[in-house]
Amino acid sequence: MTSTDNWPEIKASAEAALPADVVAFIAAQAGTEHSESQLIAILHMVQHHSGWLSQDQMGAVAQLAQIPLAKVTGVATFYHYFRLQPRGRHMINVCLGTACYVKGADKISQRLMDNLGIAFGETTKDGMWSLESTRCLGTCGLAPVVMIDDQVHGPVAPGEVGLILEKYLKKDKAAAKA
Amino acid sequence: MTADMITLTIDGEPLQVPKGTTVLKAAEKLGIHIPRLCYHPKLSLEGACRICVVQVEGFTSFLTACSHEVWEGMSVQTNSPEIRLARRDIVELLLDNHPMDCQTCDRDGNCELQRQAYRLGVRERHFEGRRKRHPIDDRSESVVRTPEKCILCGRCIRVCEEVQGVHNLSQHGRGFETVVGPADLGPMDESACIQCGQCINVCPTAAFLEKDHTERVWQALALPREQKHLVVQPAPSIRAAIGECFGMPIGTPVTGKLITALRRLGFDAVFDTNFGADLTIIEEAHEFLRRLGGEGPLPLLTSCSPGWVSFLEKFYPEMIPHTSTCKSPMSMLSTLAKTHYAEKKGLRPDQIYMVGIMPCVAKKFEAARPEHAMADGTPYTDAVLTTRELAWMIKSYGIDFEHLPDGEFDRPLGISSGAADIFGATGGVMEAALRTAAVKLTGDELGPLVFEDVRGVTGLKEASLTIAGREINIAVSNGLTNAKTIMEAIKHGDKQYHLVEIMACPGGCVAGGGQPYPPFDMDVLDPELGRMRAKALYSIDSGKQLRRSHENPAIEHLYNEFLGVPNGVKAHELLHTHYHARLPRGIK
Repeated sequence: MTSTDNWPEIKASAEAALPADVVAFIAAQAGTEHSESQLIAILHMVQHHSGWLSQDQMGAVAQLAQIPLAKVTGVATFYHYFRLQPRGRHMINVCLGTACYVKGADKISQRLMDNLGIAFGETTKDGMWSLESTRCLGTCGLAPVVMIDDQVHGPVAPGEVGLILEKYLKKDKAAAKA
Repeated sequence: MTADMITLTIDGEPLQVPKGTTVLKAAEKLGIHIPRLCYHPKLSLEGACRICVVQVEGFTSFLTACSHEVWEGMSVQTNSPEIRLARRDIVELLLDNHPMDCQTCDRDGNCELQRQAYRLGVRERHFEGRRKRHPIDDRSESVVRTPEKCILCGRCIRVCEEVQGVHNLSQHGRGFETVVGPADLGPMDESACIQCGQCINVCPTAAFLEKDHTERVWQALALPREQKHLVVQPAPSIRAAIGECFGMPIGTPVTGKLITALRRLGFDAVFDTNFGADLTIIEEAHEFLRRLGGEGPLPLLTSCSPGWVSFLEKFYPEMIPHTSTCKSPMSMLSTLAKTHYAEKKGLRPDQIYMVGIMPCVAKKFEAARPEHAMADGTPYTDAVLTTRELAWMIKSYGIDFEHLPDGEFDRPLGISSGAADIFGATGGVMEAALRTAAVKLTGDELGPLVFEDVRGVTGLKEASLTIAGREINIAVSNGLTNAKTIMEAIKHGDKQYHLVEIMACPGGCVAGGGQPYPPFDMDVLDPELGRMRAKALYSIDSGKQLRRSHENPAIEHLYNEFLGVPNGVKAHELLHTHYHARLPRGIK
């Protein structure tokens, strides 16, 4: 009689969807008391590896850790830290701290959204940019500031937004040629 | 007085209750009903809605009655102008974030939020503010999700997890944006959902509802008769429950009125799912006897409950070889209607429109399965109405149900034995199978009729019977957490069952996901509700001349004239189905 059990295939595809260290971590936790409480730690590991959590990865975590998928996606959508969309090549963080806000961060935000065609928490279709907001970066003297990857730009006037983005694109192009 | 008793006063009245009793339960002993929304006696505590707040002497803030246990000397006030105001404000805040379309809502008159709003004296809106906006998700064949009507009480999440073991629902997002739904808020049928509909039953509002089939049935009823021949079949448990929708006492059997109502709605033929149930027993009993004889694995698991079948395919695909290949009674009867009956009437199969009246929303999913369609794609069952949907159609049509004269089912697909009636109760399929199997095994036509061990609404029952010198171990379960227990016991070799009946819904079909909402003084998972409805079925059974499925003369005639022998080639082609592992795989 052929087996009607699909567990071997489910397990294999789940293991293939996750980095080896995550698979090993889940396996080490299996059967231990309150192993389900490791869910957040597991999701952190996955996001650290991929930059975000895909549906496939969350499905794989659910199967290997035997935690209902609705719980996994419930936790992932609850915490602001977890990203459910791929990260762009460049991460834009607009500071919405008090000083930056007073100095017009809302106008800069709007200009960025218009320019890129995305809202906060989203990534452009070409995978180039992710837009996020952040609280005070500790550079209030430069307000309003925009942080792109690990570089702080400030003070930024709304009219400069396009130019700053352009610089990054040029740099990428040059790097691609070289 | 023992140390385990606590003395307290509620609204100035002293009383004693066992230690561990909650304030809410203690107040009920005095006949004081503290309002509640998220609280459900059969589910774990949530403490989310806050409308059960009471005043306790020595505390400056209100305490929730559902989650606080009594203590010695406690003095509770359940009513005061401040408490009434607080409760009213809480409900007003819920309503502020609610569509407020009561007049056009399916739960109008049956809604717990509506009732609390009225009782607590909400007469106008004080807190006009932002309202959550979410699309309706009606992509499922069975269950429609309307998140705008959700008040985040969490009952659906708890019933899905604690009673059904499916764990398919969860809160997504946070704060004002919180939405209850399956993983990723994706389509229900592509989630671990098994379509049992218990989320619909426990929902205090209309955030979960069955997929509407009334519109397509109205349309079919309006077609010219030369175009469509309308056939209907009510499941066993409809006759034990639909009377409630018309103010009749719970557990009133109304078979005759139900038939008349269906005729007045315009159906051309009124058949009985019971006939399909008798046929199921013949096929399943033969399958069982063959397996007892060594052909195929034991135990044999029943397959009438479509919620269980989905659960099997998503959670326990490894148990598929154990499961009976018999179609459900509904699907067997639908198949016969579009083959044998159509042939005799000189109709093409697609000229017949078959409507099932089911206590079940998973039957809508079953009807839509490609396995239950003809080779050209014509489904054997065209529409499935829940008990609630049919009751609404009868009211909408202006039929005075309570005073209808009794009608009779059409022949031959309306003839049935008492064994078929009890299919609606947990343990009923088992008892019906045993009645026939006992006769076949012993050769004694006067074998046992009543199997007390399998009756009653307990979630998990087991027994050992000796039939023809052979020990037969049986188990009966309702509520899928109990099915899990049985599956694990079988897999680990802890139990050597021969025959296992599984029904997805707690209490069986009589308490299915499509049954009437209970009256407000009863809770939907109350075993008493299932017991009273089941009692109606057992009384119909005991009042019948025919008590065993194989005694049904119409069944015998059908085999002679059309099907050949039980489990034979034709029977297999038409009355049996197959299952396959379905994704996503559920987490046990």
